[in-house]
Amino acid sequence: MKKIFKSQIALALAGILAGTSAIAGTIVINGDTSDPAPKAAFQAVIDGFEAENPDVNVVYNLFDHEGYKAAIRNFLSADAPDIAFWYAGNRMGPFVEAGLFAPIDDVWADQGLYSLMKTSAPGMTMDGKKWGIPYTYYNWGVYYRQDIFENLGIAVPKTWDQFIAAGKTLNANGVTPITIGSKYLWTAGGVFDYLNLRTNGYEFHMALTRGEIAWTDDRVRATMANWKQLIDADFFLENHAALSWQEALAPMGNGEAAMYVMGNFAVAPLRELGLDDSKLGFFQFPEITPGVPMAEEAPTDTIHLTAGAKNPADAKRFLAYAARADVQTAWNEALGQLPTNAGSNVVDDKFLNAAFNMLNNDAPGGVAQFYDRDTKAEMASIGMENFQEFMVKPERLEMILERLEKARAKLY
Amino acid sequence: MAPGIFMFSLYVIFPIFQSIGLSFYQWDGLGEKTYIGVENYIELLDDEYFFISLKNNVIWLVLYILAIPAGLFAALFLNQTVRGIRIYKSLFFFPFVISQVVVGLVFSWFYDPSNGLLNVVLEGFGFNPVAILAEEDYATYGIIAAGLWPQTAYCMILYLTGLNSVDPEQIEAGRIDNARGWKMLWYVILPQLKPATFIAVVVTVIGALRSFDLISIMTAGGPWGSSRVLAYYMYEKAFSEYGFRMGYSAAIAVVLLAIMMVYIGLILYRLYRDEKGY
Repeated sequence: MKKIFKSQIALALAGILAGTSAIAGTIVINGDTSDPAPKAAFQAVIDGFEAENPDVNVVYNLFDHEGYKAAIRNFLSADAPDIAFWYAGNRMGPFVEAGLFAPIDDVWADQGLYSLMKTSAPGMTMDGKKWGIPYTYYNWGVYYRQDIFENLGIAVPKTWDQFIAAGKTLNANGVTPITIGSKYLWTAGGVFDYLNLRTNGYEFHMALTRGEIAWTDDRVRATMANWKQLIDADFFLENHAALSWQEALAPMGNGEAAMYVMGNFAVAPLRELGLDDSKLGFFQFPEITPGVPMAEEAPTDTIHLTAGAKNPADAKRFLAYAARADVQTAWNEALGQLPTNAGSNVVDDKFLNAAFNMLNNDAPGGVAQFYDRDTKAEMASIGMENFQEFMVKPERLEMILERLEKARAKLY
Repeated sequence: MAPGIFMFSLYVIFPIFQSIGLSFYQWDGLGEKTYIGVENYIELLDDEYFFISLKNNVIWLVLYILAIPAGLFAALFLNQTVRGIRIYKSLFFFPFVISQVVVGLVFSWFYDPSNGLLNVVLEGFGFNPVAILAEEDYATYGIIAAGLWPQTAYCMILYLTGLNSVDPEQIEAGRIDNARGWKMLWYVILPQLKPATFIAVVVTVIGALRSFDLISIMTAGGPWGSSRVLAYYMYEKAFSEYGFRMGYSAAIAVVLLAIMMVYIGLILYRLYRDEKGY
């Protein structure tokens, strides 16, 4: 105890002697990297930064992933850290509008990020300014049981008809085509996104999530009709409304279901269920309306400079460090996800390679964030709830669309 | 009294008026508050999810009362001197001791459509499996059944303590007058248990109205919002991932308070009448 006190005095003295810069060198970061892999990955980033910048001391406050979503509103307005974790797209809108995040266009310019992060730039832009650094993103798509497909002689479906036919073959052999757990709703949002992106294309989808198009529009009905076709053909796991997305992994693991419309984060738990690369495969969600350019979902996770930052100068140094190509390579290797910096390398992994290739070469339509990140928060919760209802009670389509339209009229 | 009144005003009375005030504003918890008059209440009247929650609250109130007779009979059953009765009593009391979250989890597993005990039994009798928590018509009842388990234990313990103070002389007198069975229970025992019944009603009604943990754990309000109650809806609108409508949520809180006031008013009136009667 005594020793620490002494060294603190020594440090303070050294600071006074060396001038103010050394004293000011503490930055506070609040984050939600509570799962083991992200936690270790970010700790490595902090250690690397501190090693390169010995004059800056990083204090990291770790929050539970779910609790963070509520906590961020309090700490941003009450006692802001210098840097906070959050998400791209509309999800950062409330904080930008309330003046709680600070723009960092200078960091983008200094680091050449306008060209290096071109793909994720739109998700970080509001009012013509850049509001954070994207550090990782992950793809969505169809993860499937490659071995079951091979045994039943099903080729990877490229078109809607092939997709429907694949489901028919699977059902005929007692395998549920798609597993899903919709208890926490967002999984249904993912299915809707893909059906709408494939039926009507990226521009329409984004206009719809921005609230510019009526939910009773015929093009929305076309999407829902395609969805109903899947429901009527028994594509989805029974009782999905009682299951979480993790619980819905089990049928895939034991071969009762063959496909999962999911994000890349499902790969790790599926591997834990014993599905190695020979059993687990990935394909891009098939085409529905011919000629509509393929668009993908790739939610981006971000870090932001807060408006109340006490040490914005050093915080910007940290943000610049986090944006650097080599840092993002190592960070995403530990996360098992994709780096946003075009100069970074992707770790050699079957699924990441496929995803990287798909997002860079096979997604000419554009890249969406995710239903609940592109849509206003309250609309998103009503929307996903109604998608869940539709999946169980498709006959209520009319009522559901009218309800969504009413909510849209009110919220936009 | 003064410190008590001070604390009560600071932590109970003041927040009530604060909530009522807030219900006339539109506020996302971050930016400026905008006064919108009774807009929030008008919106409530047009919100079908609000009415579903309200309906579920009524179902909760009605069915939760079953915990009182169930607790009474459990207490009467356990109120005997047998070897090891204390152990049995503790075991019956056990569900009240464990957290509501654990109760919710246990019942979710019990109802699980693929491996749950309930469906194993149902299938054993040749019925089709039911996913109680995924059916809009059953979810609320499934949660209430889970809630009744600890609540019955609570009422039981209230009655057990009540039974300790039942006057044996009156029972004796009743016996001499040939009262037994139901008559003995109704005319001799129950009147003496009145204080216990009173407390049991109060805690059960409050328990029903603040049912939140079980809903959050077992269904998260689903499927598609059909098992929400007002307390949960209020939380969702204010603090969940997609909420942050503080004013609207405060309006729901005011409605919930109004419902509680009806009950509290009735209970106070009964109390007042009884006091005067003696």
